[in-house]
Amino acid sequence: MPGRQETGEAQATALEREGGLELVLAGVWQITAPRPSWTQVLGDRKPARVRPQVDEVGKWDTSLLLFLFEVQEWCRRTGATWDSAALPERIAVLLQQFVKAHEKSEPHDRSDSFLTSVGRTTIDTWVRARSASTFLGESVIGLVKLLRAPRRFRWRDCLHEMQLCGAMALPIVSLISFLVGLIMAYQAAVQLRQFGADIYVADLVGLSVVREMGPLMAAIILAGRTGAAFAATLANMKANDEVDALESLGISPVQFLVLPRLIALAVMMPLLALYSNGVGILGGMAVAAGVLEIPPSAYWIETQSIVDLSDVNSGLLKSVAFGVLIGLSGCLRGLQAERSAAGVGQAATSAVVTGILLIIVADALFAVVFNILGW
Amino acid sequence: MSETGFPAPGSVPGFGGQANWRPNFAEPAIEVAGLSAGYGGEVVLRDVSFTVGRSEIFFIIGGSGCGKSTLLRNLVGLNVPMSGTVSFLGRPFSQADAASRRAMLKTFGMLFQSGALWSSLSLRENVALPLEEYTTLSRREINEIATLKLGQVGLAGFEDYFPAEISGGMKKRAGLARALALDPEIVFFDEPSAGLDPVTSRKLDELILQIRDNFGTTIVVVSHELASIFALADRVIMLDRTEQGIIATGTPHDLARNSPDPRVVEFLRRSDGHKRS
Repeated sequence: MPGRQETGEAQATALEREGGLELVLAGVWQITAPRPSWTQVLGDRKPARVRPQVDEVGKWDTSLLLFLFEVQEWCRRTGATWDSAALPERIAVLLQQFVKAHEKSEPHDRSDSFLTSVGRTTIDTWVRARSASTFLGESVIGLVKLLRAPRRFRWRDCLHEMQLCGAMALPIVSLISFLVGLIMAYQAAVQLRQFGADIYVADLVGLSVVREMGPLMAAIILAGRTGAAFAATLANMKANDEVDALESLGISPVQFLVLPRLIALAVMMPLLALYSNGVGILGGMAVAAGVLEIPPSAYWIETQSIVDLSDVNSGLLKSVAFGVLIGLSGCLRGLQAERSAAGVGQAATSAVVTGILLIIVADALFAVVFNILGW
Repeated sequence: MSETGFPAPGSVPGFGGQANWRPNFAEPAIEVAGLSAGYGGEVVLRDVSFTVGRSEIFFIIGGSGCGKSTLLRNLVGLNVPMSGTVSFLGRPFSQADAASRRAMLKTFGMLFQSGALWSSLSLRENVALPLEEYTTLSRREINEIATLKLGQVGLAGFEDYFPAEISGGMKKRAGLARALALDPEIVFFDEPSAGLDPVTSRKLDELILQIRDNFGTTIVVVSHELASIFALADRVIMLDRTEQGIIATGTPHDLARNSPDPRVVEFLRRSDGHKRS
């Protein structure tokens, strides 16, 4: 009788015996290697009894159990007798576990009917809206408390946030604002040159940068940079129970975590917008000097003649609102996040999307209101 | 200081053993009546009632997923109970208005499983924050108290370290120092031994015992660490997932020996501590 085969592929041979098949298994059965197919081994035969025999099997793992389970299931389906008497006890026990696990396994259906989905979405929307309004209310209450007792406010945290969202954002705001001013000047130059109105590039760039593009570009940069950072930080704090630790001490997370960030953004945003205006005008000036041969002094005089203080103020007013919106959306998404690594990522993404959406909506509203007010 | 960094019993100011309190387990520190709790409409605990005596070390035990942490979160107000009431020292907590709740919150401290230190603050600032919120002490006094509390848990010299710069066991001790900052009457511990090596875990147990013995603090611990349960608990309640509530109440040794419920016996007898006792 041949002994164990410690090398070689997994083999299964069906030998016809009186009353059924003797299934002789041999070789090395490993899950990472190919294994024989029971339907091929069986061929057209329809035995009344199958008796597996594993004496010639060398190393084996789940691959062997999988094959035996397949044969056993075939026997159960066709009514053939499964004779496991020749199987070693260890394999029989593991095979039994395999069968039990298979019997207990139930696919968890997560699909919902249409009505259930609508219901869930409605409840979810309601919960989110309620949590957003609670958050907004707590922020206002926190602000009132701050005005009443400014000494209790965490000014050091606020200054730290100002440095992070303001000073540290200068390089990226510089680059983007300069390039936007440059692009706008190029686009204007192509058209205006045809009419000999090159100098009006300064008017176009100056007005659009100061009233619109400067605050908007700074806001979008901060939504991506600071809004996401706020959300990720707060979501991570929530996942690490740091927010719960505050609540367990009766300290409001809004007061402690949100307000310093909100105020930092509301203060730094107009400063960044102002800076962005200046750099954007410089971008336009660079194109005017390099391409249109307009001296920088002439460009600056033309800009001064068209941009007045009300233009600058309207841009700054918008930028304060943008700063508050970015801060609110970043902090809200962070505090709403699920307590997991995925939750942190989702909170950051959601904060950026919400922030940019709110900025654009607010900008449109400002355009309408300013138009009505004649600003 | 011992080799593991913990102070030797009685060697730290504030742990000097001037025990002017008397145990009185009959006087309730915490009363929970008919509490049901869960998440998103799904009930985890149904109609749970129990009382914790003053200065008692009370363990909430049970297998994973039985609702221990849920119960703790409802006790300290991090979750709102679906129904039922929680009272501390005779005053209702779960239905109290915001001002009363805030007043009560400063009478208890909580040590979270992970320590939950505020990562942007140094250890000293972590301990100082509750004092800044609730007292009118000067900055110098607050710093002195923070240094003392950190010393009490064996972290003298680590005051200016940030949470990211210290080990898991040290984080827990710093969390404990923060929980003790306002000298609370009740301290809650969520899985204090989780993730700690056996020696550090035992030392933390000793520290818990010292806090109770020196100050008469009521201590509620959520744990399934059998060694800690047998070493510390005056009384335990055992929760069960299928029952959605308490299946046993008593001292751990009593329950291990005499409980008629096989689930309780099976849970508690897997302990070396019990075999030795």
